[in-house]
Amino acid sequence: MAEIKNITVDSKIPEGPVAEKWTNYKAHQKLVNPANKRRLDVIVVGTGLAGASAASTLAEMGFNVLNFNIQDSPRRAHSIAAQGGINAAKNYQNDGDSVYRLFYDTVKGGDYRAREANVYRLAEVANNIIDQCVAQGVPFAREYGGLLANRSFGGAQVSRTFYAKGQTGQQLLLGAYSSLNRQIELGKVKSYNRYEMHDVVMIDGRARGIIAKNLVTGKFERFAAHAVVIATGGYGNAFFLSTNAMACNCSAAIACYRKGAWFANPAYVQIHPTCVPVHGDKQSKLTLMSESLRNDGRIWVPKKLEDAKKLQEGTLKGSQIPEEDRDYYLERRYPAFGNLVPRDVASRAAKERCDKGYGVNNTGLAVFLDFSDAINRLGKDTVAQRYGNLFDMYEEITDVSPYDEPMMIYPAIHYTMGGIWVDYELQTSLKGLFAIGECNFSDHGANRLGASALMQGLADGYFVLPYTIQNYLSDQITVPHFQTNTPEFDEAEKQCIAVEQQLLSIKGKRSVDSIHKELGHILWDLVGMARNKAGLEKALADIKALRKEFETNLFIPGEAGKGMNVELDKAFRLRDFITMGELMAYDALNRNESCGGHFREEYQTEEGEAMRDDAQYFYVSCWNYEGSDEKEPSLIKEPLEYEAIKVQTRNYKS
Amino acid sequence: MANITVNLKVWRQAGPKEKGKFKTYTVATDTDTSFLETLDILNEQLVEKGEEPIVFDHDCREGICGMCSLYINGHPHGPATGATTCQLYMRRFKDGETITVEPWRSAAFPVIKDLMVDRNAFDKIQQAGGYVSFNCGGAQDANALPISKEAADLAMDAATCIGCGACVAACKNGSAMLFVSAKVSQFALLPQGQVERARRARAMVKRMDELGFGNCTNTGACAAECPKNISLSNIARLNREYINAKIKD
Repeated sequence: MAEIKNITVDSKIPEGPVAEKWTNYKAHQKLVNPANKRRLDVIVVGTGLAGASAASTLAEMGFNVLNFNIQDSPRRAHSIAAQGGINAAKNYQNDGDSVYRLFYDTVKGGDYRAREANVYRLAEVANNIIDQCVAQGVPFAREYGGLLANRSFGGAQVSRTFYAKGQTGQQLLLGAYSSLNRQIELGKVKSYNRYEMHDVVMIDGRARGIIAKNLVTGKFERFAAHAVVIATGGYGNAFFLSTNAMACNCSAAIACYRKGAWFANPAYVQIHPTCVPVHGDKQSKLTLMSESLRNDGRIWVPKKLEDAKKLQEGTLKGSQIPEEDRDYYLERRYPAFGNLVPRDVASRAAKERCDKGYGVNNTGLAVFLDFSDAINRLGKDTVAQRYGNLFDMYEEITDVSPYDEPMMIYPAIHYTMGGIWVDYELQTSLKGLFAIGECNFSDHGANRLGASALMQGLADGYFVLPYTIQNYLSDQITVPHFQTNTPEFDEAEKQCIAVEQQLLSIKGKRSVDSIHKELGHILWDLVGMARNKAGLEKALADIKALRKEFETNLFIPGEAGKGMNVELDKAFRLRDFITMGELMAYDALNRNESCGGHFREEYQTEEGEAMRDDAQYFYVSCWNYEGSDEKEPSLIKEPLEYEAIKVQTRNYKS
Repeated sequence: MANITVNLKVWRQAGPKEKGKFKTYTVATDTDTSFLETLDILNEQLVEKGEEPIVFDHDCREGICGMCSLYINGHPHGPATGATTCQLYMRRFKDGETITVEPWRSAAFPVIKDLMVDRNAFDKIQQAGGYVSFNCGGAQDANALPISKEAADLAMDAATCIGCGACVAACKNGSAMLFVSAKVSQFALLPQGQVERARRARAMVKRMDELGFGNCTNTGACAAECPKNISLSNIARLNREYINAKIKD
């Protein structure tokens, strides 16, 4: 059992009714005048939707921004791969949408584990995001009349998702990147490409800088500022196989956690129902097939076990199974939402069918996503116009055309709702350290709805942080620009070098990837879609053993500080993924209930639906580092308080 | 799925100033495995032998980030059309085949190590004018500005560019015209881009020339090799935009 610390958590939620909180906050917060903004430096780590939008907006306001990214250009950040769309409550379709409904759907979709005030603010600024992006020249899909088009996503009964083909993340990121480029040209943002953050530097109890590694030279460098913002994404890659890009990692977040920033709700991991299934042991990552496909695609498995067996043996094709022998299990179980139930529900339902033996590929771990109905109803051209690029992508990978045969899909790790704890101002439990986008925990509760990640990343970066950070910086205007030759920077860099030396000196036998794959198996099997007490305890023991293996049997070629060393960089990240894996398991073990993406087999209804325990677990779990990776972290509880929404059992059936 | 063995003839170069050379490796893989995963397998073997793994750029592995950049058997992104290197699967190759793997070769993209090149010049061109100069906060309602579906779709086609640099690598002159024209076109086609239309075309072309990219002689190799099928008509539009801008000078 985790040690519980009785600390009263101040989440700084403003006074007033939920719909007025953000307005009240903005009316009363402290501001920094234009002349003083020039005197203040802000570090933004990351250039995804949250990082790029925050960096460009802070620079537009007049702050000096130092912006870091791990790849060769800010435009590569993994937000670029988001396919389906971005939500907003514009109600352009006149289908009954409103800010309140988007707020309500998001809280319900998150299985009543998100903070009301944060979610309301998110729904409120979502409309501004669409306006902002259109003004930037983002080419959203349009109707013939020239107005913006919408489609539907899971967990909603309205069409509120804006999109740009199946490349919405790309277009939104390139929009933010274009604003960022303008500020780089103006000299307000200094952009550091191929840099990776290794530590946050604290001076007198405030975050004042970072240690980052120049990935080309292999050398550590120091950077100082009045505030530090991390926008470094989620921890899905702890599982080795996920839909995340190869460089996505949680090292910046874990560095902050080791310095005392709480890590909130690590057990809330999103498993996306529609991904190309795993096909072998050589695979390096999994590819998502957008949720938008569920607008027109129907999910099914055979009704008869003998058909499933033939599909698994490869002697029968999906298209040969007659309509009456197909089980459209989502439409059967959830008539009101059908194929558009939220992701956690759809993923568990797929697993349930496959566990019963109805899987449709050679591993038995896949279900069909079928477009034959849509092609008959709309014609092949219309379907191609809507989903053509996704169909092509699928065919490249599998060598099967979804126009002829139903797609095979299976759930995969996609997004992490948990993250660094932040208050209403997006400030972590460390003063002067902010976390935005996927790397914070704030808005999605236990499950994120589709098309809400882009919304949250841009809300944080364009419309929330640029306000709230001023409330912090307003009393920093007399603090001069920082130097990096202080004892605190010396000590932080020394630590980074010590870790590097230690990793290089192991000289064992195993590659980073081989250990990482093992971690992935432990997490997927025991801390994945279905969890239980015994499994989680085993996971903790297995991860402990794996850490030992990592520390004694790892092999990295090369020497310290001698230029680029890709294996060494991966080893740093794996060291933190191991700690992250433990955090997930601790949190999942503590939370004796099922909610959203966290499903404990002991806590389910007779129909297999998640069973929450609001009496015991209506709180945010904040995990506090206890000085060593070997030690179990302590737990701090932030109670949730709902005033606008009545907490009830999620229902997608009627 | 079939198991195959291929010979990878790979460009190895220790640093920007070092002399590079080809080295051939034999690796066992299968037809359902991707080309980059085959490189992963090879790297795993190299590490096990205590050798330095081959450095190459890659990230999303689903054809959208523009990070991967290999010149395979004489083609940027290899033999498949309309696909990036990371979307290339080994079923495209024969058992026993020797596959030549090189970095992008262009004066504007110096090699950093092995197959990794420096494409910062692309960012610099975008910084010269690839944006609408507009501060966050004051936008009007999105639907207050109707845009014809045709214009929006054409702008979207241009905006699909992933900035990988295949166009430059494919071009015998090392020209970046397709890349620049995609961004200039996106904004020239949309009402939001009109105010800075001439300024943008001038500034981006000037920056492109300063950075050492070659001239365009309309061979069309760029569009033929582009993994996102960016159309050559964008270059024609850029030429028009540039001439119009110069006339206004």
